[in-house]
Amino acid sequence: MAKDGNGAAEFTFRTKGLTKVYGSGPAAVHALRGVDLDIPKGDMVVLLGPSGSGKSTLLNIVGGLDRATEGEAWFQDQNLTEMSDRELTLYRRDHVGFVFQFYNLMPSLTARENVELVTEIADDPMDPDEALRLVGLGERMDHFPAQMSGGEQQRVAIARAIAKNPTVLFCDEPTGALDSTTGRAVLRVLRDVNDKLGATVMIVTHAAATAGMAHRVINFADGAIRSVTTNDTRLDPDEIKW
Amino acid sequence: MMRALDRKLLRDLWRIKGQAGAIAAVVAVGVLLQVMMSGMVASLDETRQTYYDRSRLAQIFAPVTRAPEHVLHRLSAIEGVGAVEGRITGGALLDMEGQDLPVRAQAVSLPQIGAPKLNDVHLSAGRLLAPGRTDEVLLLKSFADAHEIPLGAQLSATMNGARRTFTVVGIAQSPEFLVAVAPGELVPDVTRFAVLWMNEDAMAAAFDMKGAFNEALLSLERGAELEPVLAAADRELAQFGGLGAYGLKDHMSNRFISDEIDGLRSTSAAVPPIFMGVAAFLLYIVVTRLVQAEREQIGLIKAFGYTDLEVSVHYFKLVVLIALLGALMGCVLGIWAGRSMVGVYQANFHFPFLVFRVDPAAFVSGVTVSVLSASAGGIFVLRRVFTLTPAVAMRPPAPADFSRSGALNVRLKRWLDQPSRMVLRRVIRSPGRIAGSVIGISVGMALSAAMITLLSGFDESLDLTFGVIDRSDMQVSFYQPMSGKTVFELQQLPGVIEVEPTRAVSAVLRNGLYTYRGGITGLAEGARLNRAVDKDVQAIDLPEQGVVLAKSLADLLQIKSGEMLTVEVLEGRRPVLTLPVASIAETLMGAPAFMRIETLNRALREPDRVSGAYLRVDANALPQIFDKVKGMPMVAGVSRQTDAREAMQKMMDEGAGAMRFVMVGIAAIITFGIVYNAARISYGEQSRDLASLRVIGFSNSETAFVLLGELALVVLMAIPLGIGLGYALGFLVAAGFSTELYQIPAGFRPVAHGQAAAAVVVASLVSGWLVKRDIQKVDLVETLKTRE
Ligand SMILES: Nc1ncnc2c1ncn2[C@@H]1O[C@H](COP(=O)(O)OP(=O)(O)OP(=O)(O)O)[C@@H](O)[C@H]1O
Ligand SMILES: [Mg+2]
Repeated sequence: MAKDGNGAAEFTFRTKGLTKVYGSGPAAVHALRGVDLDIPKGDMVVLLGPSGSGKSTLLNIVGGLDRATEGEAWFQDQNLTEMSDRELTLYRRDHVGFVFQFYNLMPSLTARENVELVTEIADDPMDPDEALRLVGLGERMDHFPAQMSGGEQQRVAIARAIAKNPTVLFCDEPTGALDSTTGRAVLRVLRDVNDKLGATVMIVTHAAATAGMAHRVINFADGAIRSVTTNDTRLDPDEIKW
Repeated sequence: MMRALDRKLLRDLWRIKGQAGAIAAVVAVGVLLQVMMSGMVASLDETRQTYYDRSRLAQIFAPVTRAPEHVLHRLSAIEGVGAVEGRITGGALLDMEGQDLPVRAQAVSLPQIGAPKLNDVHLSAGRLLAPGRTDEVLLLKSFADAHEIPLGAQLSATMNGARRTFTVVGIAQSPEFLVAVAPGELVPDVTRFAVLWMNEDAMAAAFDMKGAFNEALLSLERGAELEPVLAAADRELAQFGGLGAYGLKDHMSNRFISDEIDGLRSTSAAVPPIFMGVAAFLLYIVVTRLVQAEREQIGLIKAFGYTDLEVSVHYFKLVVLIALLGALMGCVLGIWAGRSMVGVYQANFHFPFLVFRVDPAAFVSGVTVSVLSASAGGIFVLRRVFTLTPAVAMRPPAPADFSRSGALNVRLKRWLDQPSRMVLRRVIRSPGRIAGSVIGISVGMALSAAMITLLSGFDESLDLTFGVIDRSDMQVSFYQPMSGKTVFELQQLPGVIEVEPTRAVSAVLRNGLYTYRGGITGLAEGARLNRAVDKDVQAIDLPEQGVVLAKSLADLLQIKSGEMLTVEVLEGRRPVLTLPVASIAETLMGAPAFMRIETLNRALREPDRVSGAYLRVDANALPQIFDKVKGMPMVAGVSRQTDAREAMQKMMDEGAGAMRFVMVGIAAIITFGIVYNAARISYGEQSRDLASLRVIGFSNSETAFVLLGELALVVLMAIPLGIGLGYALGFLVAAGFSTELYQIPAGFRPVAHGQAAAAVVVASLVSGWLVKRDIQKVDLVETLKTRE
C-alpha cells in the first residue's frame, strides 16, 4: 500500500495537497487550500492560527472524521483518503483519541460513563477512573455534564480521549476553558501520553505560549500552512506562561 | 455490568418519557383494538358453538301442518340423519298488564318425560315442568327479564282462540331463541316477543295435535350432507303439509346471531388494520424525527469508532423498546377490553355462559407491525445519517441556502416581528420535518373524522329507513293472507289517514349457486308509505313485471339488473317463479326484494291478497287505533314505527355497531397522541434555542410563541389535508362496519370534519399548554451548558 516505504516508518501523518471545500458555487468556503504536512512518529505538534483558518478542519480529516475534497492524507502506511467508511471507523476505534472543541459529552451519561463509552470498545484501555483522576476529576466521576463547569466538562473530554491509550491524540483547544493550574495539569497529562505511550499528539490552541511545549509548531492561516518551526528545547508545562 | 451505551439508552428513554409514552399509547390502542376485536370474534364464535352443542341444537327444522308421530321413524331412517325429535309449536298472544299492545308469543312443546333429544332448554331459574301439568310454562329469560316477570307469576294467553292462564315455574334459555323476532317484524325486540315452553299434552290439547307434531327437528350424522337430507325430509313430509325443511343456516335466530358475529368479524378484519396502519405510520414518522434529533450524538458515537451496526443496534433498541412497550400494553389492555366487551355481547345475545378465547395471531401481527414500522423509521434516518461523515453529523444540520428566500426575508422583515420570523424561517428551512408533522396530524385527524362520519352514518341509515323508505306510523300484519277488503276495514277506523296494503311471502331466492332464504314484499303501485328508493333517494316506480332487489341482496346473490332470478315460494301452492331483476334499490336495512303486489298475487295465482298493511294515522288517535286493531281477529301483530326504530337503534348500539363508540375513543387517543408528539419533538429540537431566547430577555410567552407558532402553522396546514384523507378513510371504515343486516353509508359530512378539526385544535392547545409548562420549568443554565 505504501508508496514510499521509508516514510511509513518515520511519519505518523503525511498530507499532500490536502484541500477541503465546503459547499459549492459562489457560497463555497475553502477551509483548506492544499496542505502539505509531515508529522514524525511520537511528535507533539501545536497548531496555531486565527479563528476560521481551518485548524479544526485539518484535525477532522487526519482524525478520520471527515473527508478531504482533494489531496491525500496518510496515517503511517495507510492512505486515509482512500479508506472506506468501515476502514475509517476501525482507524478511529483502534488509534485515535479526540478532544473536541465543544467537548461533545453525552448529556445523558455521567463523567465516568462518558469515558466508558470509549474504553468499552478499545483494545487496551486505561481504567476510566484512572483517566479521570489524571485530569483531576476523581471526585466528580458520577456527575452528569450539566452538573459540571465548562472546564470540568473539558477535562472529562480529555480523560475520554486518553483513556483508550490512543496511538494519536487530537486536541482541539483542550485548555481553552481552564485556569492556569488546571491548564498546566492537563498539559502535563498530554505530555505524559506523548512521552510514556509514545503517542503522536496534535494540539490546536490559541494560547501561543503552549507552543513552547511542542516538538513542532505549525502556523496556520487561511487554510494553508504559513510556517513550521521546531523547538530544540521543549518547555515543561509548569514553565508555560498562561 | 451494564454497558455505557445501554445506560444512555435507558436515560434517554426516561428523558423522553412523555413522548415515548404518547408513542407507546398510539401503538397500544392500535394493538388493543386488534386484539380486542379478534378476541371478541373468537370468543363469540366459540361460545355459540359450545352453546349449540350443549343444547343439542337441531341442524334441520322441518315445519309441517300436521303429521302423525309414526312419520318420525321414517325421518330417522333417512340416510345421514342422527337424532329426530317431533314437537308442537303454535302462536299465542299475551296480554300484558299496562301495555296497550298484545305481545306475540310462540309456544313450544317439551316431551312429557325427560329432556328432548334435540333443542334442549337451559333452565336459569325455577324448575322444569312437572309431568302431566297443563297449566305450567317455562318462560324465555330475555322476555321475563325485560318485563321483570318473576317465578310463579300468572300469564294470561290466547291460544288458538281460547284464553287461558298459566303459571311460570321456570325461566329458560335456548339457543334457538337467542334472538327472538316476532313473525313479520324487522328487528328483534326482547320486550315484544315471548317464548313459552309447555308440556306436550297441554300443547296437543291447545292446538289439536294429539298423536301428531307440526315441527320435526333433525340432527345430521358427522359428515352427512345437508341438501339431500332436506330433500328427503321434504318428500316424507309433503303429504302432511310440509312447509319446507331448512337448515340451521336459515334459522331466524341463528341467522341474526351469525350476521352479528360475521358483522363483527368483517369489522374486525377491516377496521383495526386501518387503525393499526395509522398507528404504524405515525410511529414511523415519530421515530424518524426522534432519531433525527439524535443526529449529533450519532455522529459523536461514530467518531469514537463505533461501527454503523453498533449504532444501529443502539437506536433499534430504543425504538423497538418503545414499540414493544406499546404493543405489549395493547395486548394486555386488549384482552381486558375484549373480556369486558364480550360480556356486553354476551348479555346482548343472551348466552347463558361465555367461553373466552384470544386470537394469538392478533398479538403476533400487532407486535410485528409496530416493531417493523418503528424499525423502518429508525433505519430510514440512520441510513441518511450514516452517509454523513462524523464531523458533519456532529454539527447541527448545515445552514440552508437563504439566497432563495432572500426576497421573502425582506418582505418578512417589514411585516413580522422577530419571533414570527423565527417561526416562518424554521418552517421554510426544514420543510421535510414540517411535512412529517403535517402528514402525521392530518392522518390522525382523518381517522377521527372518518369515525365521526361513521357515527352519523348510523343515524343516516336509520333516517333513510324510517324517514324515507318507510314513512308509515304503524305496521299491521295478519295471521294469513286476507282479501283486499281488509284494507278498507282499516281505512274506516277513525284517525287513520292512509292505508297501504302489502303482501309478504317467504321464499328462497336463487341465482345459480347463490341462494338466500328471505322473501318477497309486494307493494302497492305508487306506494307512498313503504317504498323502494334508488341511489339518489328517489322513489322507484315498481315495474309491471319483475322484481326490484335491495343492493345488499343483489350483491349476496351476485345478480345484476336484467338477469333472471329464481324464486321458490314457500307458501300456498309453492310455485317456482322465474323473474327478471328490474332494478336495484338502495336499502340500508336487511335484504328485501320488492314486487308490485298485483304482479306478485298474479304469479302466486292468489288474486287480491294482502298479508299486512302500512298505516299513516293521526298522532292523537294512535292509542285508540291500537286498541281497535288489537281487537281485530285477523291481526297477528301491530308495531309502531317508533318502536321499530328504537329496536333497530338498540340493535345497532348493542351489536357489532357498539364497537364504533370504542373506536371513536381510540381515534381520539391516536389523534391526541400524534399532535402531542409533534409539539414535543419540535420542543426537543429547539430546546437550546428557546433557552437562548429566554436568556437574552424574551419572556416565557414570547418564547412559547416561537414554539407554539410552529405548531399552530402545522395544524393549520394539516386540517385541509385531514379533511381529504378523512373523506377517503370514511368509505373504508363504513364498509368495514356494514353487515348483512344494515349498511352504513359514507360521504362528506362537514360536521364530522369540523368536529375532528376541533378535536385537533383542542389537542394542540392541550399539547401546547403541556409543553409551555415545560418551557417554564426548564433549567436555563443546564440547557445551555450542554450540547445535545
Ligand atoms: N460545515 C461547514 N460548512 C461550511 N463551512 C464550514 C463548515 N465547517 C467549517 N466551515 C468553514 O471553514 C472554515 C474553517 O473552519 P474551521 O472550523 O476549520 O476553523 P478553525 O481554524 O478551527 O477556527 P476556530 O479557531 O474558530 O475553531 C471557516 O471559515 C468555517 O466557516
Ligand atoms: Mg476550530
